Amino acid sequence: MLGEAEPQWLSEEVKTGTTIIAIEFNGGVVLGSDSRVSAGESVVNRVMNKLSPLHDKIYCALSGSAADAQTIAEMVNYQLDVHSMEIGEDPQVRSAATLVKNISYKYKEELSAHLIVAGWDRKEGGQVFATLKGLLTRQPFAVGGSGSSYVYGFVDAEYRKGMGKKECQQFVINTLSLAMNRDGSSGGVAYLVTIDEHGTEENVILGNDLPTFFDQ
Amino acid sequence: MALSTILETPGAGFNFDNAERNAALEGLFEGGQTPKPLKTGTTIAGVVFKDGVVLGADTRATSSDVVADKMCAKIHYISPNIYCCGAGTAADTEKTTDLLSSNLSIFSLNSGRNPRMVMAVNILQDMLYRYHGQIGANLILGGVDCTGNHLYTVGPYGSVNKVPYLAMGSGDLAALGILEDGFKHDLELEKAKELVQAAIHAGIMSDLGSGNNIDICVITKEGVDYIRPYQESEYKDDRKMKYKYRPGTTAVLTEKVVPLNLEVVQETVQKMETV
Repeated sequence: MLGEAEPQWLSEEVKTGTTIIAIEFNGGVVLGSDSRVSAGESVVNRVMNKLSPLHDKIYCALSGSAADAQTIAEMVNYQLDVHSMEIGEDPQVRSAATLVKNISYKYKEELSAHLIVAGWDRKEGGQVFATLKGLLTRQPFAVGGSGSSYVYGFVDAEYRKGMGKKECQQFVINTLSLAMNRDGSSGGVAYLVTIDEHGTEENVILGNDLPTFFDQ
Repeated sequence: MALSTILETPGAGFNFDNAERNAALEGLFEGGQTPKPLKTGTTIAGVVFKDGVVLGADTRATSSDVVADKMCAKIHYISPNIYCCGAGTAADTEKTTDLLSSNLSIFSLNSGRNPRMVMAVNILQDMLYRYHGQIGANLILGGVDCTGNHLYTVGPYGSVNKVPYLAMGSGDLAALGILEDGFKHDLELEKAKELVQAAIHAGIMSDLGSGNNIDICVITKEGVDYIRPYQESEYKDDRKMKYKYRPGTTAVLTEKVVPLNLEVVQETVQKMETV
């Protein structure tokens, strides 16, 4: 043990090993994420908010390498600011997603981060876009991160079109809770962002307020 | 996106000149190990309290199995209102914090104000991200500015976390245990200092790479109190012999004095404009 004065995780890259989810409902979107940031086996930050604002009514959810994801979000935030000043109005969600996609695609070999972009604009209402590895696709809902594999079945079975706002929020909380219970790299608290034409609402659901399921 | 006031204009892309040089050096050593960089094997911690921020660090610097420096300063000055603790490779943390400090001085002189924490964090994140983890610096930045008291951590790959309390370095798990147990929002100054000191102490006791004394730095709106050392190690060694040689130990055999004859060739007087 004398040989190694520093644990391996200090030099390991910090990953967000995450569960992120975004769902479109009638009139807006709900984004949700867990809050665990890990480096190897150690939890570096147990309260990180992975839902990053790109614009007033457009948010993105971060997963993968923490540094890469944070940097992409900041770059797109800046580019969107410039773009929205140029067009003189609030940007479309599709524009934000395209900016993220451009970076993800151009640097796909160097970067290892996946961002889900979701928001509300006047033209198309609530929209969710996935930008994995540089593709751009609009979906009614999207899940991402290491915890998502455990909940694909749940979201596929339980999602219904035309859910209301409260129902959607509960759906997101349930999904996050299930994923956080099964995935070692997800945990902590749940962050929720609800965007509709009236505004943006940020919520935190603390660990002991999360819903419990049969084995807890 | 570099600010015009900052002296250093970063080149595009990554600069791996030194990585090539290191690879070439490794070849020269013929199968033997290149000299290991000095790692600080450290415990550093920071806590936000009611009136400001308290930073703490141990003072041991190790080079493989040997303690290279028993009174190493790990809390670096960045600006009058911002200090930074560094863990990881000693050279990287020193150089990075020096660079940050000089860039922020230029900003201060240009704008006439103390820099904000977010500016320091952004510059650091920019630089470390560009080097993609090759700069092994794990930094805790603490400071007080016009927007409040802040504590940030920046990792070697360029990830940033803003938190109310934090520990880094090889002894961080031990220190974090103490912080998780004892931290409350809006602590008083004395309690905050005690908490940080207990956290560093735990790191020193439980980690081989940390040790010796504890340094504490308190930053508030009124100013900075850099207490070095805050607490000395109980295990100070008691040297029995003197290792310094008296003048006269080495005998002088011959002495030759050669006077240098200097002539004044030219004399110019230039008046300085004074207000």
